[in-house]
Amino acid sequence: MSNIFAKRRARLLAMKAIRDNYVPGDQLEACPKCGGESLRKDVAGNLYVCPLCGYHFPIGAYYRLSTILDPGSFRELNEKHPAADPLSFPGYREKQRAAQRKTGLTEAAVTATGTVGGRKCVVGVLDSRYLMGSMSAAVGEKITLAIEYAAKNKLPLILFSASGGARMQEGILSLMQMAKTSAALARFSEKGLLYISVLTDPTTGGVTASFASLGDAVLAEPGALIGFAGPRVIQQTIGETLPEGFQRAEYQEEHGFVDAVVPRGELRETLSRLLRLHEKGGRS
Amino acid sequence: MSKLTAAERVAVARHPQRPNITDYIGALFTDFFEQKGDRLCREDPAILGGIALYHGRPVTVIGTRKGKTAEESIRCNFGMPGPEGYRKALRLMKQAEKFRRPVFTLIDTSGAYPGLEAEARGQGEAIARNLMEMSRLTVPVIAVITGEGNSGGALALAVADRVLMLENAVYAILSPEGFASILWRDASRHEEACDLMKLTAPDLLAMGMVDDVVPEPEGGAHLAPEAVFRELDRALSRHLAALLKESGPSLLGKRYQKFRKMGAAPKEEA
Repeated sequence: MSNIFAKRRARLLAMKAIRDNYVPGDQLEACPKCGGESLRKDVAGNLYVCPLCGYHFPIGAYYRLSTILDPGSFRELNEKHPAADPLSFPGYREKQRAAQRKTGLTEAAVTATGTVGGRKCVVGVLDSRYLMGSMSAAVGEKITLAIEYAAKNKLPLILFSASGGARMQEGILSLMQMAKTSAALARFSEKGLLYISVLTDPTTGGVTASFASLGDAVLAEPGALIGFAGPRVIQQTIGETLPEGFQRAEYQEEHGFVDAVVPRGELRETLSRLLRLHEKGGRS
Repeated sequence: MSKLTAAERVAVARHPQRPNITDYIGALFTDFFEQKGDRLCREDPAILGGIALYHGRPVTVIGTRKGKTAEESIRCNFGMPGPEGYRKALRLMKQAEKFRRPVFTLIDTSGAYPGLEAEARGQGEAIARNLMEMSRLTVPVIAVITGEGNSGGALALAVADRVLMLENAVYAILSPEGFASILWRDASRHEEACDLMKLTAPDLLAMGMVDDVVPEPEGGAHLAPEAVFRELDRALSRHLAALLKESGPSLLGKRYQKFRKMGAAPKEEA
């Protein structure tokens, strides 16, 4: 019985993952970094990493999950949690609906349970295609519910961040999600549980200044922009050009804010290894 | 309460003669001993903190510092802290916990400083760490937004049991200018932004984002500072007395629920 459901779940995630990135494989995809063109199917076969220069393309939340979770282990949490418009902000509902149509998501965060290398965990992913993965009340709530679920069930937690920062249209509610998620992580941490934060391009603003920076281990994808203030704002403030590579994953590693920069192709194995290293009683 | 528009309140909140943290400490506390430095890197004058007596009780007071003269303003970076400021604040809060002192924070900042060095030393990490650690401080914490409370730079001192606002203070995700510039790519539409952002004390009180509003004299705090000090003192005494009756675990539980509820129940389906 459970085998049938596992197969269904595997198929469901595969379908959602395909929808995330569907473009016919015989079309050419130009890399925004090196400008080189590759066949879409070659880029897809390489986990959406440019085969020529190693640039990591942004990927959808379900596709991300399909690259990390063991097949058939995916079970979505709070899938139906609705988007909100707490300030009744003019034009915001239309923006949300457009983002929903474009991505097939209800909001910018997807959370799930599943296994990585056979070890059960809770995984949350922000999707930068939905209003820049910005922090809304719904994003904060889904992340908090995922943290609380992991704490209650004593499971390790992995969060993939990708965010332009605050959701302007939700004003102060967006700001308060920073306090809410960070407080939930404090409680989670006190239970002696593992939280791995994975920073992907871009991780900025309120997400950097809350849950993304609070991992027991912090990993980052190569080249990801990671910071509190955006480069444009900083440039305007200080009035000089920023150094090459400023706020990139490698810069953050050098400055002591990232444990390891891990290419997408090695992430699953690295996560699996970290989970194994945190198993109680030395089980392998 | 006066009937100022949101944009007018922003102007009052930023008034150059509005009382600043030094004025409040001088008026409400005695025997203030300033504690400098984050013990990691350096001293950040954009945040002022130390130990003082509040009606005879030792407390820790921490807040952002804006200057009143050009020279002062430059020295304290116009009240925009760097990571060292937030780490100093956290050091002082942890020490307050060790010695069982209540913590008061006074917030008036246009935001955390968006600079190259601030980023190099982890502005985001410093703010995140404060949010997490403040949520589990086992002593009473009362935050007061006295002027502008913008962005994570303000919130990093405001994960408190009680969040108070002066009547003409504003509390928001960022400045109205920044908001208009991000949303409409036009900073000149800031007055329009003020109305939409729900950043005034009465709005935020109605939304349950803050717990109490401290009245200001007609026209703003700078016109009669003594009246504001008296009202603030009254509010702080009342809230502190209530919090001192609570046990550590009870404070933590209620503080968690207070922020946990924010944005938890959407009004309608999308």
